[in-house]
Amino acid sequence: MSEGDYRSQSVRVALFVTCFGDTIAPRAGRATVAVLERLGHEVVFPEAQTCCGQLHWNSGYEREARRLARRFERVFGGFDAVVSPSSSCVGTLREAFGVHNVYELSELLVGRLGVEDVGASFPHRVAYHSTCHSLRMTRVGDAPFRLLGAVRGLELVHLPRADECCGFGGTFAVKNADVSTAMADDKCDVIEASGAEVCTALDSSCLLQIGGRLARRGSAVPTMHLAEILACEASA
Amino acid sequence: MTTLRPFPLAAREELQNAQLRANLRHATDTIRAKRARVVGEAPDWEELRAAAAAIKDDVLAQLDRYLEQFADAVEASGGHVHWAEDAAAANAVVVDVARSHGVTSVVKMKSLTTDEIRLNEALEAAGVEALETDFAELILQLDGDWPSHILVPAIHRNRREIRDLFARTISPGLASDDPAALAEASRRYLRERFLAARVGVSGANFAVAESGTICVVESEGNGRMCTTLPEVLVSVVGIEKLVPTLADLEVFLQLLPRSSTGERMNPYTSLWTGVRAGDGPQELHVVLLDNGRTRVLGDATGREALRCIRCSACLNVCPVYTRTGGHAYGSVYPGPIGAILTPQLVGIENAPTLPFASSLCGACADVCPVRIDIPGILVHLRAQAVAATRRPGERAVFVLVAAAFGSARRFSFAQRLGRVAQRPFARSGRIRSLPGPLAAWTRTRDLAPLAPRSFRDWWRAR
Repeated sequence: MSEGDYRSQSVRVALFVTCFGDTIAPRAGRATVAVLERLGHEVVFPEAQTCCGQLHWNSGYEREARRLARRFERVFGGFDAVVSPSSSCVGTLREAFGVHNVYELSELLVGRLGVEDVGASFPHRVAYHSTCHSLRMTRVGDAPFRLLGAVRGLELVHLPRADECCGFGGTFAVKNADVSTAMADDKCDVIEASGAEVCTALDSSCLLQIGGRLARRGSAVPTMHLAEILACEASA
Repeated sequence: MTTLRPFPLAAREELQNAQLRANLRHATDTIRAKRARVVGEAPDWEELRAAAAAIKDDVLAQLDRYLEQFADAVEASGGHVHWAEDAAAANAVVVDVARSHGVTSVVKMKSLTTDEIRLNEALEAAGVEALETDFAELILQLDGDWPSHILVPAIHRNRREIRDLFARTISPGLASDDPAALAEASRRYLRERFLAARVGVSGANFAVAESGTICVVESEGNGRMCTTLPEVLVSVVGIEKLVPTLADLEVFLQLLPRSSTGERMNPYTSLWTGVRAGDGPQELHVVLLDNGRTRVLGDATGREALRCIRCSACLNVCPVYTRTGGHAYGSVYPGPIGAILTPQLVGIENAPTLPFASSLCGACADVCPVRIDIPGILVHLRAQAVAATRRPGERAVFVLVAAAFGSARRFSFAQRLGRVAQRPFARSGRIRSLPGPLAAWTRTRDLAPLAPRSFRDWWRAR
C-alpha cells in the first residue's frame, strides 16, 4: 500500500477547520466530522489550531504568514492525515509552505479512503461551483463529482463557465470590490439560470461571496458546503 | 517615472462601459476556445512548455554572454548594434537614423516594445511621423487611442466603431462594416505608404544569439512589408527576447501561435540576419533595450516574468482582465503578465496596486506556454508592495489579526469580541451594511455574520 492510502481501514484524522470555518461557517466543519464518523473514522480536533497563514501570505504579510504556517506545523505535524473543508487553505499549505499531510475533504474521501458513496441523501437540484484552488491548486479533479453522483436523489445541474472564478480572492473582494462584484454577478447569473435549488462548493469562503451576492440580488438560492450535503441522510 | 493610477479606481471606470465588456467577452471567448482546441491536439504540449521554460531560464542566467554573442553576430552580418539603457536612449537611436536619412515618416509594424518606450511620441517630437501599419494599431493611431490587449490591441472596439472611424479619416464615404471592406479600406491606405517608405521600424519576437537573426511572427503581412520594402530597418529588441540557437525556435514557434491566436501556425514568420546586398533593407540597426529589464533580472523570484513571449493567453483567461479590459492596467502590458511585469519594470513604488489586481485564481499559470508562476510572483510582489508603501492602518490590522492567531486563547477571545461587535449590524442572520474598509464588501453583497457558536465551542460541548 502506498503512503497515504488508507483504503478499507479505520483511520484517525485530525480536523483543521480553518479560522474562517471555525468562526463564520462552522456547519462545514461539523458536517465534515459527521461524514467521517459515519464512515467509521476517528476525528480529532487539536484545539491549539488557529489559521494556516493564507490570509497574511496572500496579502503581502510574509513574515506573519510564515510564523502562522510554522505554528500550524507544530500543531498538526504529528498527525498522519489532516483533513480540511477548504481547498484554498490546503492548497496554500502545500504550495506555499510545503506541508504535505493535509487533505481537502473530497480528496481524502475519494483519493485516500477510496469512498464515493458516503450514504448521503439530498433530493434537490444542485449546482456545483468548482472553486479555483480546488481546480488549480489542490487539483481535486472529479472527486467532488463522484461524491455528489453517489448522493441519493441529488440532481447535478451544469454551470456554464464552470472554471471561472467567483471573484472572492480573499482581500481582493474588498480591495477590488467593483471587479469582484462584476465577477460575482456573472457567477450568480449562471447559477440562477441553471434552475439549481442549492449552490455548493469545497470552499466556504467562495460561498460567502456567491451567497452574499445572491442574497443581495434577492435570489432564493442558498449555498451549502459540499460536506453539509454529504452529511445529509434520508430522514427515517 | 510617474506613479500609475491605482488599479481599483481605473477598473471602476472601465467597468461602467458595458459595450467594452461585451466586446471583450465575445473576443476572449472566441480566442480561448480556439486556443483550447489547438493546444488539445498537441500531444507533447507539457514537454514543449517545460522546454521553453528551460531555454528561457538558461538565457536569463547567462544573458550577458548571449547578448554579446548576438551583437557580434549582427555586426558580422553587416548590421549595427545600439545598446539602450532606457526608453530615451532607444528613442534617440531611432530618431537619429530617421534624421540621417532625411525622412519625415517611417512605417512601423506592431511592436509592444516600441509602445513601451513611446517611440511614436519621440519621433513626432522630432518631426517624424510614425505610421502604424498593423490593422488594429492603425485604428488606435487614427483615433488617438491606446492598445488594450497584447495581441489584439483594439479588442475594445467593435466593427461599427471602426467603420465610423475609417469613414471619418482614411476612407470617406465608407458605408460597410463588413470585415473584408474594413480590411480593404486600410489596405488601400497603407499600400502607397509602404511603397514610398524609406525607413521601417520593427520589434522582435525572438533574437537568435548564435546567428544574429531576428524573428517576427504576425498574421497580416504588414510586418513583412515593413521589414523588406524600406532601404533602412531599425529593430527594437528587448534584451529578454534572446534564444540561444535557431533550433530553439522550433519550440517557441509551436507554443506561440497556439497560445496567442489559437492557430497551429501563424500566417507570416519572418527571419532576417544582417544585410544582404540587393535584397531587402541595405542598412540594419538593432537597438537592444534594457529599460528596467536588468532590474527584473536581479529578483530571483520575479525574473521568471522575463520568460514571457507576449502570447496574451493569460489575458484571455483572466477573470479580472476580461471585466476591466487593458486600459485599467495603465501600461502596454495589461492582464496578469502586466500585473507582474509592470511593477518590476517601473518599480513597485510606482505601481503598488497592480499585484493586487488578481483574485489569484491561477487560470493564467495553467495556460502560460513558458510556465510562469504568475500567482506566485503576484504574491511575492504583494510583499514588496506592502514593504514599499506606508499603510499604517492596514498594517496594524494585519499585525493584530496575526497576534490573535498566535494562540488559541486569543483567537477564541477575538471570536467572542467579534460576535459582540457585530450585534448592531446583524439583522435576521445577515449583515447588510458595515462601516470602514468592510463597507466595500457590504455595498454590493450581504455578509454572513460570525456564527453564534464557533466550531471550537461546539466541539468542546459535544
